[in-house]
Amino acid sequence: MRELMQQLPFVYFGGMALICAILVVVSRVAIYSAMALLGMFVHVAGLFILLDAPFLAGVQLLVYAGAILVLYLFVVMLLNVHGRGAQLQRQTPWAILLSLLAIGEMGYLLTKSHFYPKLPAIPHPSVPTLGNTETIGMVLYTQYLFPFEVASIVLLIALVGAIVMARGRSGIRLE
Amino acid sequence: MVPLSWYVTLSALMFVTGLVGVLIRRNIVVVLLCIEIMLNAVNINFVAFSDYLHLIDGQIFVFFVITVAAAEVAIGLGIIISLFRLKESVNMDDYNLLKL
Repeated sequence: MRELMQQLPFVYFGGMALICAILVVVSRVAIYSAMALLGMFVHVAGLFILLDAPFLAGVQLLVYAGAILVLYLFVVMLLNVHGRGAQLQRQTPWAILLSLLAIGEMGYLLTKSHFYPKLPAIPHPSVPTLGNTETIGMVLYTQYLFPFEVASIVLLIALVGAIVMARGRSGIRLE
Repeated sequence: MVPLSWYVTLSALMFVTGLVGVLIRRNIVVVLLCIEIMLNAVNINFVAFSDYLHLIDGQIFVFFVITVAAAEVAIGLGIIISLFRLKESVNMDDYNLLKL
């Protein structure tokens, strides 16, 4: 019974995330896809909380559901693709074949894998543990300082690149 | 306790959903959304193993994945907007020329 109570949240969050992911793929209107993606982000954040990563759950909600999704909605509404993007049909046979191949490969791997229902638990490190956020901060600013700086440069380049590309040049406009 | 294999299975299913979406959809905005699904599937794997092994490094990598996803979205949507100005379409099949 206690086992079930622990597994029920996983089944809910995982199942909803998977259903929302499938809805993103099969929705005919782009804005419904974006909304289903919002549901997926929220439920993945729930999974992160189940996995003892509350700080990442917050980041997931803030960055993905707050920033990235708004950007998508902005572009979908700006481009006015309502009704035009409904082209799930008339795909080339190669794409269907490749996706069936991918599904078959994943099914084969999942059925052939040997899953241990009870993996031996790894003992906690004996050092006194800080909270989740403190630990992430400590490791991020000491061990992963250089990748952190590189990430800031990546974001800066993305910022400049997005402005340059979305601004457009007056010479290439239609009409 | 939820077994680790459940998380790995969920992650695999979500990844293949995103992959199929990239392959069969033609709306370029939806293709970018499907790439986000794949990145999230990878994040679930990272956090699940981080929790199982009691190592924080997996969660740090999720940070970098989120950073790269944000950069990719900003650049990708910029490219989509400027392509839409040229072709008046979001269908991937219309983007068959690199030149004007």
